[in-house]
Amino acid sequence: MTDETAVLAPSAAGSERPAAEGGDRRQLWRSRRYRWDLRWSPYGFVAPFFLFFAAFGLFPLLYTGWAALHQVELTDPDAMTWVGLRNFTRLWDDAFFWNALRNTFTIGLLSTVPQLAIALGLAHLLNYKMRGSAFFRVAVLTPYATSVAAATLVFVLLFGRDYGMVNWVLSTVGFGPVDWQNGPFASQVAVSTIVVWRWTGYNALIYLAAMQAVSADLYESAELDGASRWQQFVHVTVPSLRPTIFFTCVVSTIGATQLFGEPLLFNGGAGATGGSDHQFQTLGLYLYEQGWVNLHLGRASAIAWAMFLILLLIAGAARLLRRVSR
Amino acid sequence: MRARRRLVTAVGAMGATALLLAGCSQDPGEAPAQGGSTGGKAKTTLTVGVFGAFGLQEAGLYDEYMAQNPGVRIEQTSIERNENYYPQLLTHLGTGSGLADIQAVEVNNIAEVTATQADKLVDLAKAPGVDKGAYLPWKWAQGTAKNGSTVALGTDIGPQGICYRKDLFAAAGLPTDRAAVGALWAGDWNKYLETGKAYKAKAGAGKAFVDSASGVMAAVTGSSAERFYDAQGKVAYKTNPAVRGAFDLAASFAVEGLSAKLQQFTPAWDQGFSNGNFATVSCPAWMLGYIQDKAGPAGKDKWDVAQAPKPSNWGGSFLVVPKAGKKAEEAAKLAAWLTAPAQQAKLFEKRGSFPSASAAYSLPAVAGAKHAYFGGAPIGEIFARAAEGVPVTVIGPKDLVIAQNLADIGMLQVDQKGRTPQEGWDAAVKAIDNALEQ
Repeated sequence: MTDETAVLAPSAAGSERPAAEGGDRRQLWRSRRYRWDLRWSPYGFVAPFFLFFAAFGLFPLLYTGWAALHQVELTDPDAMTWVGLRNFTRLWDDAFFWNALRNTFTIGLLSTVPQLAIALGLAHLLNYKMRGSAFFRVAVLTPYATSVAAATLVFVLLFGRDYGMVNWVLSTVGFGPVDWQNGPFASQVAVSTIVVWRWTGYNALIYLAAMQAVSADLYESAELDGASRWQQFVHVTVPSLRPTIFFTCVVSTIGATQLFGEPLLFNGGAGATGGSDHQFQTLGLYLYEQGWVNLHLGRASAIAWAMFLILLLIAGAARLLRRVSR
Repeated sequence: MRARRRLVTAVGAMGATALLLAGCSQDPGEAPAQGGSTGGKAKTTLTVGVFGAFGLQEAGLYDEYMAQNPGVRIEQTSIERNENYYPQLLTHLGTGSGLADIQAVEVNNIAEVTATQADKLVDLAKAPGVDKGAYLPWKWAQGTAKNGSTVALGTDIGPQGICYRKDLFAAAGLPTDRAAVGALWAGDWNKYLETGKAYKAKAGAGKAFVDSASGVMAAVTGSSAERFYDAQGKVAYKTNPAVRGAFDLAASFAVEGLSAKLQQFTPAWDQGFSNGNFATVSCPAWMLGYIQDKAGPAGKDKWDVAQAPKPSNWGGSFLVVPKAGKKAEEAAKLAAWLTAPAQQAKLFEKRGSFPSASAAYSLPAVAGAKHAYFGGAPIGEIFARAAEGVPVTVIGPKDLVIAQNLADIGMLQVDQKGRTPQEGWDAAVKAIDNALEQ
C-alpha cells in the first residue's frame, strides 16, 4: 500500500513539469528512470535475502519433504526408493519419537518459562537509572555470546556426579548427590539450566528496549495516582510489553522445539542418544541420530517435517490465543 | 556436492542459517583438497583427511616423506570426532567431491565402507610397495571388498591389555608384579571378575575394581571371532551366545558393585583417572597415552599393564584412496608408505598406536618398546602377543551402531541406573532394532 502512494506522488509531479517546459526528452527519460528506480529498487534491495532463502531455506525444505517420502540411506543418497507416507506413519508407533517429543516439551517448558520470567525481572532492574548501566547491560548479554559447545562443556563439569560443583554445593547444604545425567527429571533440569543461562540476557535486552519505549507520562500519572513500583510494573510495564512478550514467547518456543546442541553435548561421549534411557533426547537429537548416526536420511527427513508441522501447529494455536485474548 | 550440501541443510530444517554457517566453517579445511599444485611450483600437494589426533602428522611421518620426495607436499585436515567425520566422508564419496586424496576410516566403519563404497576407492593391493604378507591376515581381510580388491590398508590395531594400579592392588593384598597379575586371570574373563570380587572384599567400599562395565564388555566381545554378525553376514547379535555372555559378564561387574559407574571418554571418566577411582581398566594399546595424559604425573609409577585374560582387539584404523582424486596414483604411493611396517613401528614408538603389520613386530622399535609411565612395561611384547592371538573377527556394516547401543544404552542402564541386566539388554535390543530398520 505504502509503495503505491510513494510511487504515485513523484510521477504525478513529474508528468506536469515536462509539459510546461516543452517536452525535453532527456528530462522525460530521467523521470522515467526515477520512477523505475523508486518502483523496483526496493525489490532489488530485499532480493538477496529471498534468493538466499530460496536456495538455503525453501529448496531444502521441499527437498526434505521429498526425501521424507523415500527410503534413503546416507551410504548411497542417490538411491531413493519411494515408500509414500510410511516414514510418517511409522512415527506414530515409534516410542523413541514420542519420548523425544515429550522431552522436547518438558525441557522447553522448564527452560522457556523461567527464562522469560527472569528476563522480565532483569530488564526491569536494568531500566532503573543507575551507575554503570551500560556495563550491566553488556554483562547480561555475555552468556548469549559464548558458544553453546563451550558453555555446555563447562556445565557438564558443574553437573558432574562425582566431582561436580553443583553436587558439592548441595552436599554442603545437606542434600545427597544428584545424578544429573541419569535422573530423568534431574537431567532435564540440568539441560534447561544451560538454556536459561544462555538466553535470559538476550531476552532481557529485548524487554529493556521495549520498556524504554514506554511513555514516561504513563509512569508519571501512575505515580500521581499513588501506584507503587510494583504496581507500576504490573499495571503499566507488563501490559505495554505485551507484544514484545508475545514475540519472545514465539522465538523461545521455536528455539525450544529445535533444541539440539545442549542435550547433545550434555551427553559426554555418547553422542545423540540423549542419555542411556533417552531421558533427555530431544526431537532435534533424535533427528540427528536417525540421519547421521544410523544414516537413515528418509526417516530423519520425516522427523524434520514432523517438527516443522508441530511448529506450524504451535504458531496457529498462538494466533488463535492472541485473537481471543485481544 | 551442491545438492548434498543443501540436503544437509534441509535435514537441519528450520535452522538454515546456522547450518549454513556450520557448512562454511568446514570448507576452509577442505579447500586444499581441490587446490592442486601450489602457486606455479611443480609440487604435488597431497591431502590426508583424518579424525581425532590420528598421529601420522604428530609422529613426523609427513615430514619424513616430504624430505624423501621433494616434489610432494602433504596437508592434513582433521575432524575431531569420528561421528562427525564419517557421515561427511560418506556424503563426499557419494558426490565425488570435497574428498582428501587419502582418507582415514575407523575399524567399526570399515565393513560398511568395503561393502558400499568399494567401487569409489582405489585397489591398493596393486599400489607400489604394498606387501600383503606384512600385514596381520585378519586386518588385511577387513580392508578387502567382496570383489577381491583391497581398498583399505590397515594402520594400527587395538590389542588389549589390562592396565592396573599397583598401589591399589598392593593395598588390597593382590600381587603387583605384571606377570603375577596377568596370571590371576589368564585364559578366562570370569577369573577377572573373581579377582574383582577378591579386590573389593579387601579394599572395601568406595573403591571400584573397573572403570565401567561397558569397558569390560568391549574387551570381552573383542576376543570372540563372531560378534554382531554371523559368517553369512546376517545380524546375529541377539542370538549369539558370545555377545550375550559378554553382556552378562560385564553386567555382573555392575551388579557386584565392582564398577566405578563411569562412561568412557567423558570428563567424569578423565577425572576418575586422576582421582584413582578404580584399580583396573581394559586398555587397548592406543589408550596408554590417554591414561598417561589424564592420570598425570601423580600417576607415574602407580600404573602398570598386564596381559588381558584373552587376546582381544578394540579399535584401529585404515587408509583409503578415493578414485575421484586427481592424484590417486601419488596418493596410493603415499598410503602404502604410511602403512608400511617401518612407518607403523615409528607410529607406535611416538604415539603408541600398535602396528597392524605383523612384520613390524620384530623391529626393535616394537619388540624392545617399554613404557616408562607404566613402570617400564614391555608393551611391545605384551601387545604383540595379544595381537597375534586375536581371532579373525567377522565384522559387519553396522558394528558401530550395535556396539554403541549395547554400551551406551544397555550397559549404561545397568551400570549407572541400577537396572537389571535383562532390562538393560531389552532396552539395547529395542534401540538397535530401531536403528537398523531402514
